[in-house]
Amino acid sequence: MRVVLSNSAGVPLYQQIKEQLGTAILTGELAEGSALPSVRALARDLRISIITTTRAYAELAAEGFIATVPGKGAYVLPLDSALVREQLLRQIEDGLQAALTAARQAGIRRDELIGILDGLIQAEQHDAVR
Amino acid sequence: MSSDLAFALRGVGTAVAGNFRLRDVTFELPTGYVMGLIGANGAGKTTTIRCLLGMRRIDAGEIELLGHRVPGPVELRQDVGVVLDHTCLVGDWRLTEVERTLRPFYDRWDAAGYRRLLGEFGLDPRARVKDLSRGMAMKLMIAVALSHQARLLVFDEPSSGLDPVTRDELVGIIGDFLVDEGHSVLFSTHITSDLDRIGDYVTLLHEGRIVRTGTKDEILDAYRIVRAGPDDLRGLVGVQLIGARRTPAGSQALVRTEEAALLGGDVLVEAPTLEEIAVHVGARAPRREPDPGVEGDPARHASSLSTGGAS
Repeated sequence: MRVVLSNSAGVPLYQQIKEQLGTAILTGELAEGSALPSVRALARDLRISIITTTRAYAELAAEGFIATVPGKGAYVLPLDSALVREQLLRQIEDGLQAALTAARQAGIRRDELIGILDGLIQAEQHDAVR
Repeated sequence: MSSDLAFALRGVGTAVAGNFRLRDVTFELPTGYVMGLIGANGAGKTTTIRCLLGMRRIDAGEIELLGHRVPGPVELRQDVGVVLDHTCLVGDWRLTEVERTLRPFYDRWDAAGYRRLLGEFGLDPRARVKDLSRGMAMKLMIAVALSHQARLLVFDEPSSGLDPVTRDELVGIIGDFLVDEGHSVLFSTHITSDLDRIGDYVTLLHEGRIVRTGTKDEILDAYRIVRAGPDDLRGLVGVQLIGARRTPAGSQALVRTEEAALLGGDVLVEAPTLEEIAVHVGARAPRREPDPGVEGDPARHASSLSTGGAS
């Protein structure tokens, strides 16, 4: 497990913890059943307040990523396929939005953009066949 | 008496020298968390701590400590570890003698733990108390408190006079202590940077009164810092400027978040740091008696609709 907190990111600390652990779980870096440190041990290790760590864990638990065991620690729940799909859809939207913004700046039109996407899809299929 | 509170002060008042007194001091800490007590020198932090520990008589209110009403039974002292800004141990004692002397007073003294902590803290058991640096003396007192297995650690100004490395060690020691959810920490400080990260709760004290108490995020959300041109913060209606500072180049003040919307568009409104809150709340009102119940320097305008202090 790896959590790197920025003091200057402008993102609340609990949010940073939540996002980093959430990403690690989605990518499989933290597998189902993996043990996470207790809220208090993590607060000690990151040198942050217990309330902050509690909030990060509570939100991860509410979103179905982890289960917490009072007085002990927490562990990673099996990935809910609907949840994963939702997270991935969000990633797709974010990526496409970034592409759209770049396209607008470069003056690239819809047809050309779709052409680029098609090209990428074909290249990936070609790679997969080989 | 509620057992999920490490301590609670309710309406505590006590007269101190001169005309200084604590008035209606009310705040509490749930078990398992760390609270910072912030205030300028003379705000009443040490007096508050002495009341909490039963070292000073109170003439109003009541105090609950680890489920007992202060002063409580003698055994209560075993559960509280106190680290003051000076050591009360005899200077000629070696650290081994410190143990031999203190041990009989405590039922749960952990001799092996004491030796282990001295090692962890880099303290030589043969050293004499008087030869310890400020940081080492503090660590010795922490080692004593942890060895008698205190459940509440109370520090009075632990970080003042400590170098950054030792202050960082202290933050680590507090973190280790709090891994046990039955443990709680209160520390008074005027160095807020230690609290920025590890503080769960914050209590602001000014001129013997509680200005505000709550979780750190509640305190941070309650105020905004306002920066503006030299004349922008004048004649405001319904906004109390706390600790306003004016120079020919500009002005700056702290305001309550709910009043920040009344400031208009020409000023810069930002989230404050704990340090900025402490500075503005603690600012001394120039050439005037502090208004009872008003935070810091109130606006100088008659139009300021102050609703009074703690809310």
